[in-house]
Amino acid sequence: MLTFAVRRLVLAVPTLLFISFVIFMLLQLAPGDPMAQVPLTVPAEVKELMRQALGVGEPPLVQYWKWLVQMFWIEPKVFIDWLTNYSTLLGWLPDTQLYQGELRVISWQTRSPVMDIVIQRLPQTLWVVGLSYVVGILIALPIGIYSAYRQYSIFDQSGTFITMIGFSIPPFFTGPLLIVIFSVQLGWFPSIYDTTLVVDSWAAFKLQLQQMILPVMVLALQTTAQISRYMRASMLDNLNQDYVRTARAKGLSEAVVVSVHVLRNSMIPVITVIALNVPSIFGGAIITENVFKVNGIGQLLITALFANDLPMVMTLTFIFAVLIVLFNLIADILYGLLDPRIRYD
Amino acid sequence: MTEPVNATPTPIEALADKGPMAPPRSQLRDVWDQLRKHKGAMFGGGFLVFITLAVILGPYIWQVDAQKLDIRNKDLRPIWVALWDGTAKTAWNRPFGTDQLGRDQLAQIIQGGRTSMAVGWAAMILSLIIGTTVGVLAGFVRKADGLLMRLTDLFLSLPILPLLLVAVTLFRQPLREAFGPEGGMFVLIVGIIAITSWMPTARIVRGDILALKEREFILAARSIGTTPFRIVQRHLLPNVLSPIMVSATLGLATAIITESALSFLGVGFPSDFPTWGKMLADAVQRMQQFPERVYLPGIAISLTVLSVNYLGDGLRDALDPRIRGR
Repeated sequence: MLTFAVRRLVLAVPTLLFISFVIFMLLQLAPGDPMAQVPLTVPAEVKELMRQALGVGEPPLVQYWKWLVQMFWIEPKVFIDWLTNYSTLLGWLPDTQLYQGELRVISWQTRSPVMDIVIQRLPQTLWVVGLSYVVGILIALPIGIYSAYRQYSIFDQSGTFITMIGFSIPPFFTGPLLIVIFSVQLGWFPSIYDTTLVVDSWAAFKLQLQQMILPVMVLALQTTAQISRYMRASMLDNLNQDYVRTARAKGLSEAVVVSVHVLRNSMIPVITVIALNVPSIFGGAIITENVFKVNGIGQLLITALFANDLPMVMTLTFIFAVLIVLFNLIADILYGLLDPRIRYD
Repeated sequence: MTEPVNATPTPIEALADKGPMAPPRSQLRDVWDQLRKHKGAMFGGGFLVFITLAVILGPYIWQVDAQKLDIRNKDLRPIWVALWDGTAKTAWNRPFGTDQLGRDQLAQIIQGGRTSMAVGWAAMILSLIIGTTVGVLAGFVRKADGLLMRLTDLFLSLPILPLLLVAVTLFRQPLREAFGPEGGMFVLIVGIIAITSWMPTARIVRGDILALKEREFILAARSIGTTPFRIVQRHLLPNVLSPIMVSATLGLATAIITESALSFLGVGFPSDFPTWGKMLADAVQRMQQFPERVYLPGIAISLTVLSVNYLGDGLRDALDPRIRGR
């Protein structure tokens, strides 16, 4: 198992390198010019110098290499410095001074390091996306279990119908729909997610909860729909197995049969699906963040795209790719750990 | 006329065929009978046919130009609003109301549906062609298998939505110059959705081809000198048709949703060219006064995708011989 994990981890490196190379070369084709916003009064020579300062004049391969160095050598150094100097978690470690003022990946919009902005935006996305995923899973599992246990009952039929709807309605429709119902007509929740809100009192906490409900509901609807379908299918596969009959025959109560025997076996594929779906949830968050004006990384990607901020787009797309590769790996390893019949050797 | 003599003698009892002799049935007929029992699939299929016909024939029946500006009649509410709100501005010749520039909403919905459905069908067919080709090549040509499957894995680990956004914003200008504003966008969106969504089809087709390749009928075909191309065409492709059909329905649903999502984020078709996603995105600004402008295109997208998904569900059940006949 360990050798398998290590092998997969090693294999992930060339995959990520290749993906980053593809994205980089794609962005090289971009027609935009980072100097487009500079006033026309600036002479052409100066503009050329500014372009070189941003590293745009170099051959693409050199640029790619420099991006790699900045991303995988300089940024980790900055991060380790931050961990040991400022963070509460590892602040007790002796202060390190790894970062010596080398050039980092610079955003063309703000002229500040890209990773700093990403770190600023990440908590919003993680809060909304992470919470909605947890909520979605917590709703989906009982629905899936019960509708498999009572297959073709009214609960199952309506559950299947509702999950089908959740599957089909795109988030850019549910978002406005929920805003019209809950924030315009009922006035219960705000329609815009206010990230400047500091939670320091009960009132602020209540406000934070209220503003999180709508985006979380939109994202959770999608998660719930997918995962409860998987859960139901997986439970149905297991409920007809011989070991279930054996468990019933030896007089175990239905609760024990379902929740211990069947459920534990059915969770194996569902857990891998849960892990595999995490990156796509981040992708879906791009739309939800846009609807509710959450300034997370999805919204950052969109604004960077419109502003032609290629280093930012490159880094963010690469982060999404890392998430996908990472969670594929986690899903594979989890599958092997949970199911002793699966052995990767 | 005399009774004709029974030419074949009655067989020995042990050799007689047991059970009733049912007339032979083709697989397609079995599938159709099973599909007919699936209410959701029938409903979904029916709605899909309806909406496709509606967007194709609609402009000939409802002959109002979707692009015509009519500022005097702007911001009309749909006719049914008059039921509960007598003061609302409505007009019988504008049953779905008009938008802030006086463009007829019904004509826009039909026009937008044409674009959305065209993109959906074209992207689905293109991605099926790519996926089937890759799958057949990987399954049939052993040398290409490793390389093609690595390629599929690589594509599967690409971040699809961010890449779509990147590609659409980057290649908009050159393609617009080559094919015109609408044509360029159509080619771009269809191409990009197809390039990023062929992988599941390729995997399924490869798996099936690998299993089919070892069967006797392929050996027989090969031994009478059938060329590999003919084997694929005559013997392999018809046998992998059913998984391809199931992934076609899924592909249609994702293509429609992806196109609408791109339009919603403002990187889709040009602003004067209606699509369902674009109409929805434009209406969000004023959805407090005119909620129907959000509902109508949203419901159109959702119902279409829902019906396609139900059809896919029914097809999957009908094409699965383990479930069929139960």
